[in-house]
Amino acid sequence: MRTESIRERFGLAMLELGRRYPRVVVVTGDLMYPTQVHHFAQAYPDRFYDVGIAEQNMIGVAAGMATCGKIPFVCSYANFTALRACEQIRNDICYTNLNVKIAGLSSGLTYGVGGPTHQSYEDLATMRSMANMTVVVPADANAAEAAVFAAYEHDGPVFLRLGRGPEPVVYDRDASFTIGRACQLREGQDVSIIANGPMVYEALSAAEHLEKAGIDCRVYDMHTLKPLDLDSLRSAGLETNLIVTVEEHYIIGGLGSAVLEGLNELGVSTPVMRIGIPDLFPIIGPTNELRAHYGLCADNIVRNVKAALSSI
Amino acid sequence: MGKLDLDGLSQAARLIRIEVCRMFGRVGQGHFGGALSCADIVAALYFHELRLRPEEPDWPERDRFIMSKGHGAPSHYIALGEKGFFPKEWWEQYEKLGAALNTHPNMLKIPGVDFSAGSLGHGLSVGVGMALAARQDKRSYRTYVLLGDGECNEGSVWEAAMCAAHYHLDNLVAIVDRNYLMVDGCTEQVMGLEPLEQKWNAFGWCTEVIDGHDLEAILNAFDNARKHAAGPYAIIANTVKGKGVSFMEGRREWHGNEITPEELTQALRELEGTA
Repeated sequence: MRTESIRERFGLAMLELGRRYPRVVVVTGDLMYPTQVHHFAQAYPDRFYDVGIAEQNMIGVAAGMATCGKIPFVCSYANFTALRACEQIRNDICYTNLNVKIAGLSSGLTYGVGGPTHQSYEDLATMRSMANMTVVVPADANAAEAAVFAAYEHDGPVFLRLGRGPEPVVYDRDASFTIGRACQLREGQDVSIIANGPMVYEALSAAEHLEKAGIDCRVYDMHTLKPLDLDSLRSAGLETNLIVTVEEHYIIGGLGSAVLEGLNELGVSTPVMRIGIPDLFPIIGPTNELRAHYGLCADNIVRNVKAALSSI
Repeated sequence: MGKLDLDGLSQAARLIRIEVCRMFGRVGQGHFGGALSCADIVAALYFHELRLRPEEPDWPERDRFIMSKGHGAPSHYIALGEKGFFPKEWWEQYEKLGAALNTHPNMLKIPGVDFSAGSLGHGLSVGVGMALAARQDKRSYRTYVLLGDGECNEGSVWEAAMCAAHYHLDNLVAIVDRNYLMVDGCTEQVMGLEPLEQKWNAFGWCTEVIDGHDLEAILNAFDNARKHAAGPYAIIANTVKGKGVSFMEGRREWHGNEITPEELTQALRELEGTA
């Protein structure tokens, strides 16, 4: 298993984005180094703004610049944007439908030892509830890089949910990435596992294990949480007997919720099992141990799929 | 319409107050207090100070204006209508279902509105962004943000104030409509702001306190702001909430209130000078 740092690739992607597109500006709130946009800052100092530890202002400044034709990328942590500056994102960026991209790093449990103040499992619930917002959750470093460019090409607000340290590599570097279109990474007839972010790798590992047990799983990377790819969801619902969602977010309001809502809209009644963070503040610990503790791992997906299939 | 002289501005401010009251009168209620307190400032901006092209509302070189105290928008609507940004008939549609003109301004629906507002404490940050963009693009337009004094309770105002001074934004002007009243009462009783000028000073702004109903003082302050090349400029404009209507002036309950036809008649008589 090869891993690559999400934030290192994000920082390099931002550097390349800045080289290609002069309208891109970066706004951060004292997180230039943690989000790795110091590369951008060094190369394009006249297009880089560090507004200090003031997230509400950070979003407003980006909105003001967007009205003047800039394409601001706000680079910060997921919870410091989606929660701390939630209303600024709603009123100043979504209501106004401005071309601002928000990169929320350190999402989910990726800063596990930081504890709930620095973890983020409500961000997708808040961001996907906002009209005009597009929400993207890349699976690995290659997808994160592709998502940066896809976000630039997309006209309108985008929330780009990113992790932090090394994560397993799922995609080739030249894999295509289209906002709004899920990637089916594995064929299968029995079960559909729908995941996003780093849980895509866990879903693929689980599918391999389940194959040995005679259970045929397909795997979707639902990297765009909003707008949800209803075509892929319809196929998953109609062509397999069980849908399992896996996400590094509360099971309230994230991918599992979106899938349930989507199936309901489609009138498809395939059983759904949601794997995610339960309705509590997690304990503190290293990311991978913490993920395992809350069942965000291949082993737990395997256990749950077997149990669910036996009860259908 | 070129720049108006002081007499013309005085007439424009009076017209704003009259049309605001008529607009509120048609729907039976409105935020009278704050719309009337800022009428002279809005008149000075739109009929003298701002560089605009009503026929080209998105002209890139235009000066920017943000009504950060969004409930003051009705005064802005009258100025924009008078300038020709949209037909004055829009005033008749105020607050009707699906109308462009509402209690708070929507930039996507109203030509000449540079930013949406309503929730307080947002506008100055947006103004900082506009001023930074102007500098980056080497454009000469200036950005004016009108804040309510109660709005200065919001922490985000001071985040933005700090930021504007840090970046030495000499193309940014904040005007505080200092009418001393907010929804729940006197600003100093609800949440004290004083010493307000010193606060802006301490945050790195050049400040000036003026009578916000003295049009000559307002124009002088704008001139002083333009000459000040060292950073952002804050004009604290002392005003009277509900200015121009005797039974509204200085009265907390007229922040936002229903109005009877009799009260409306009385208000218009006073404003038209026929009382």
